[in-house]
Amino acid sequence: MKILVSVKRVVDYNVKVRVKADGTGVDVANAKMSMNPFDEIAVEEAVRLKEAGIATEVVAVSAGIANCQETLRTALAIGADRGILIETDVELQPLAVAKLLKAVCEKEQPQIIICGKQAIDDDANQTGQMLAALMDWPQAAFASKVIVANGKATVTREIDGGLETIEIALPAVITTDLRLNEPRYATLPNIMKAKKKPLETLTPEALGIDVSPRLKTLKVAEPAKRAAGIKVADVAELVAKLKNEGVIA
Amino acid sequence: MSCLVIAEHDNTSLKSSTLNAVTAAAKIGGELHLLVAGCACTSVADSAARIVGVTKVLLADAPHYADQSPENIAALVLAQATGFSHVLAPATTAGKNLMPRVAARLDVAQISEIVAIESADTFVRPIYAGNVLATVQSSDAVKVITVRTTAFEAAGEGGSAAIEKVTAQADRGQSRLVSRELTQSARPELAAAKIVVSGGRGLGSGESYHRVLEPLADKLGAAMGASRAAVDAGYVQNDYQVGQTGKIVAPQLYIAVGISGAIQHLAGMKESRVIVAINKDADAPIFQVADYGLVGDLFELVPELTAAL
Repeated sequence: MKILVSVKRVVDYNVKVRVKADGTGVDVANAKMSMNPFDEIAVEEAVRLKEAGIATEVVAVSAGIANCQETLRTALAIGADRGILIETDVELQPLAVAKLLKAVCEKEQPQIIICGKQAIDDDANQTGQMLAALMDWPQAAFASKVIVANGKATVTREIDGGLETIEIALPAVITTDLRLNEPRYATLPNIMKAKKKPLETLTPEALGIDVSPRLKTLKVAEPAKRAAGIKVADVAELVAKLKNEGVIA
Repeated sequence: MSCLVIAEHDNTSLKSSTLNAVTAAAKIGGELHLLVAGCACTSVADSAARIVGVTKVLLADAPHYADQSPENIAALVLAQATGFSHVLAPATTAGKNLMPRVAARLDVAQISEIVAIESADTFVRPIYAGNVLATVQSSDAVKVITVRTTAFEAAGEGGSAAIEKVTAQADRGQSRLVSRELTQSARPELAAAKIVVSGGRGLGSGESYHRVLEPLADKLGAAMGASRAAVDAGYVQNDYQVGQTGKIVAPQLYIAVGISGAIQHLAGMKESRVIVAINKDADAPIFQVADYGLVGDLFELVPELTAAL
C-alpha cells in the first residue's frame, strides 16, 4: 500500500512573526522556516505504518517555491521514500493545493493520503477535507489514532466534547491532530541518506492546474493589545475587584 | 444577499455555536435560512425556527444524517446551496470538518474562522495563531465561511420562521460511526461558559488539578479548562484544552491557575472580558494579559479564593 503525505514549509513555530510596516503582509524574509508541525506528525504516522509492514512506500509531496525541497528532505530524513515538489512562485491557497494533490493522487494512486490538519501560518484547516471532496473519498479529520486493516481505516478523531471513532473505506484522506504521535528526530545518518533519495520536480502548468489565488489579502494588522493589568496584594483585594467588575456576585 | 447557515446539533438540541453563526449571517443581510440535517430531529428544527433573524428552516430528516458524517452532509448542503450568496457554519470541529468539502465541490475558496465582517465579500480572520489579523476579499460567486463563535454574540429567541422539509440525498455509505466518547459533565460547555477556571502545569498532577480547581469551579458555576502543557502531561483529557489548537474561549471571567501563558494558550483566551492569573512566578507571560494578577502559591491561594466567594 502506498501512502502519500503532504508537507508545507512554514515559519518555524518558535518565531514571533511581525507585520510589515505597510500592512501588506507578514515579514518572513529572514525568518527560520520549518516543516509545519502537523505535517511532521503526518510523516511520522506514514513511516510508522511502513515500519509496521502495512505501507510499502511513503511519498512526501510539497508545493511552493524551490526551497520547499528542504522540507521534503526533512520528510525523507524522517523516513519517507521519495519526494515530489510541485514548484511555483504563486501564493498557494488551500483549494489550489488540494487540486495539485488531486493531480498527484491520480498519478500515484495511493490508498491513504495523510495531511496535517492545518498549517500554522494561514491556520486555514481546509486542504485535506478539500482533497477528499475533489477525489470523492471519505475523510477522517483531526485523527488521534489510526488503525489500518482489511482495506479500511479505523480512526479516532478529536471532536468538541470528546472523541469519536469512525471506520472509513480506503482510499481515504486522514488529517492529523496533535496527539496522534510524537515525531522522531531525524538522525544524522538518516539526514545523509535522505540526500540520496529521489526527488522529482513538477509544475502546476505540467499538471494542468490553475493555482491562481481566490482570496485577496487587503491588509494585515496586529490585533489590539490588552491594556496591562495590575497585581493585587491578596485574595480579598482580588474578590473586591471582581465584584466591582460585576463578573462575580 | 442570501445566507444558508448549517445548524449544529445532536438530534435533540441545537448547539449554541449555531446562534453565533446566525448573528454573523444576519450581519451580511438578506434571507437567512438555517439547514437542520439529522435524524428524528424535529425538536431541533422547532428551536431553530425561534431564533431571531432566521427567515426559514430547512429540515432534512433521514437515518444517515444522524451521525453528521461530512460526506453525507456535504452532499446535502450542495443540493441546497443553489441560489445562496453565502454558506456559513460555526468554526467548531464539526464545521471545520464539513465546510471545506462544500467549498471544494463548489470550486470556491473557504474563508476560515472569520472574526469580523467588513462587507459582503470582505472579512477579517486570524492567522499565525491569532498573532496577526488578515482582511481578505473573496471574488468567488459563493462565499463559504466558518465563523469563530466567540467573535459574534449569540442570536436571541423570539422568531417564528417557517419549517420546510427538504429531500434527503442518497446515503454515500463512505463512513461509519463506531463509537463516540463524550465527556460527561454537569458543568457548562467550555466554549460557551460565562466563567472558565483553567489549570496548567503548576498544578503538578491530575489529582491536584481536580482537588484544587473543582471546588472553585463548583462555587462559580464555571466550566473547566487546561493549558496544552497540562493536557500533554495527562492531567485532563484533550477536550479541556484552551488554545490555538484547542478551544477558543471568551468568557466574562477567565481564571488561569498555574498557567505560564504560552503564545498558543493566550491565542485561545485573550478575548475574555476579565482575566485573572494566579501563578508563583511573577514574571510569567500570563501576567502581561491578566487584568488582575495574584503572585503566590496556588495551593494556598485557590482554596482561600474559593472560601472567600
